[in-house]
Amino acid sequence: MFKLLKRKSFRFDIRHQNGFTSIAIICFIFLYTPIFTMMVYAFNQGDSIALWEGFSLRWFVSAWGNEQVKDSALRSLIVAIFASGISTTVATMAAIATTRTKSFRGQNIVYAIINQPLMVPEIVTGVALLIFFALVKTVTGYAGLGFLILAHTAFCIPFAYLPIRARLEGMDLILETAAADLYATPWKTFRLVTFPLLFPGIIAGAMLAFVISLDNVVITELVKSAGQDTLPTYMLGQLRRAITPEINAISTVLLAITVVILTLFYLLNRKSE
Amino acid sequence: MRPDNTTNHEVGLPISEVIKTASKKQEQRRWLLLSPALILLLLAASGPLLIVLVYSFLTPGDYSGVIWELSLDGWIQVIWQRDIFTGSIALSDAHLRILLRSIKLSFLTTILTLIMGFPTAYFIATRSKKRRSLWLFLITIPFWTNLLIRTFAIMEVVRNEGILNALLLALNVIDQPIQILYTDFAILAGMLYVFLPLMVLPIYSSMERFDFNLVEAGYDLYATRWRTMRRIILPIIRPGIVAGSILVFVPSLGAYVTPRILGGGKSMMLGNLIELQFGQGNNWPLGASLSFFLLALTMIFLLLYVRLTSKSAKSHV
Repeated sequence: MFKLLKRKSFRFDIRHQNGFTSIAIICFIFLYTPIFTMMVYAFNQGDSIALWEGFSLRWFVSAWGNEQVKDSALRSLIVAIFASGISTTVATMAAIATTRTKSFRGQNIVYAIINQPLMVPEIVTGVALLIFFALVKTVTGYAGLGFLILAHTAFCIPFAYLPIRARLEGMDLILETAAADLYATPWKTFRLVTFPLLFPGIIAGAMLAFVISLDNVVITELVKSAGQDTLPTYMLGQLRRAITPEINAISTVLLAITVVILTLFYLLNRKSE
Repeated sequence: MRPDNTTNHEVGLPISEVIKTASKKQEQRRWLLLSPALILLLLAASGPLLIVLVYSFLTPGDYSGVIWELSLDGWIQVIWQRDIFTGSIALSDAHLRILLRSIKLSFLTTILTLIMGFPTAYFIATRSKKRRSLWLFLITIPFWTNLLIRTFAIMEVVRNEGILNALLLALNVIDQPIQILYTDFAILAGMLYVFLPLMVLPIYSSMERFDFNLVEAGYDLYATRWRTMRRIILPIIRPGIVAGSILVFVPSLGAYVTPRILGGGKSMMLGNLIELQFGQGNNWPLGASLSFFLLALTMIFLLLYVRLTSKSAKSHV
């Protein structure tokens, strides 16, 4: 006992905190057990998400053949592509206008408006858009996908803006000033100097906006017209009914896509470091 | 010669005038570049909030929507209810219970994510540099996974036939499955699960740059572990803890998906009560009032956060 104590005090680790490692391990187990369980049952042969009846891919096949799944997944993609494209474009312009300049009049209001979707609870934005779009729908009679795209574009703007702005702030003005000194027009300076330097930030912003749009549940659920389910709202609707492993199969595929994208990011980052 | 008197020979204007028009042009260019983003946001984020405010003072329509008649009932009904027969006003038990549940569960979620998240962030930050990015990667996977999928995964765990009940049965803690799904506990478990990465990441980022020489100095001066934690580590990483707490507390307060799936109709939170008014409840003015109520609560906590962080920034200077 004494020996043990002695050895312990000899190897006194200043970073050590009693119990922290155990809590961290518990935390990781807690984070991964539900996801793993869900993935395992996606491969269940039976109809249950509780009783294991052997390995099969039947639920992936049935999800793939489900018209509603295909339909809503396609709609999710269309909305996400438009929303991330538009929001990244306007966010890039906004970032150029607000970065690397002296403070200007109305600056705080501009920041507040751009960051608003990050601060206002989603359910509140969703309700606001529900009311507003209901008015527009009765006036114009239009009930298409445009509403969803507009809503998604708006809340994607801050997510696209932040990485682009961060990239811009790290860039020196010297190169652009040099281009201007050599009589490049502002547009030429942007196209040949600013844009190529800014490109990684724009890609990061666009990807972030794309994922945020693809994942959105609350605002979509409130804004969508009848028959305008995206994949997340379709899944939310299914959870009310008897759940089959088909939902697990869809979730597993989405999870796999997330992991692949993140792994690519992780590896690319490591390479650049 | 004063610079103001120099003239631009081409245009024949004093330089100061040229600079002024140039900065005016720059100003114009700035607003031109900003306008698409601002118009989109005003149209589909800020503007509609004003409509919500207007609607909160109107009378509910018979089937849906509103009648354009001024009424304070929407706001009154946030915590009071009007007796249908006598017209007298009393505190609404149902709404108060939902409100208190929202605050209680958000508070507990913040505390629990802090208790689990801080040691985890500490653990990651004290690994070797190579290992660190791997552990961090393991936190970011759940963080980037769709919220719905994560909530669904927890739902499967807490179901009557789920592994939590199976585990408790196997350990002989219970002799038959207990109902966990559709209780406050299920919501709490779900929110803890969903928001945990949001606590770990900001704490980690302030922990990452922590200089452990300070801790060593503390130990050299005979400080105990608890004392170095309390007097050295915690004050330095406080911004990370405050940021994490806000990042967890604010979305918890407005949570909709997690309580809807795990709480069902029995255990509602504020977000579900709001949505209900635009569906079955069919009381848009009440829904609008509740939305503004939630918005006000959120803003109070965000302002508190700004004050806390600006104060700590000052005290470090």
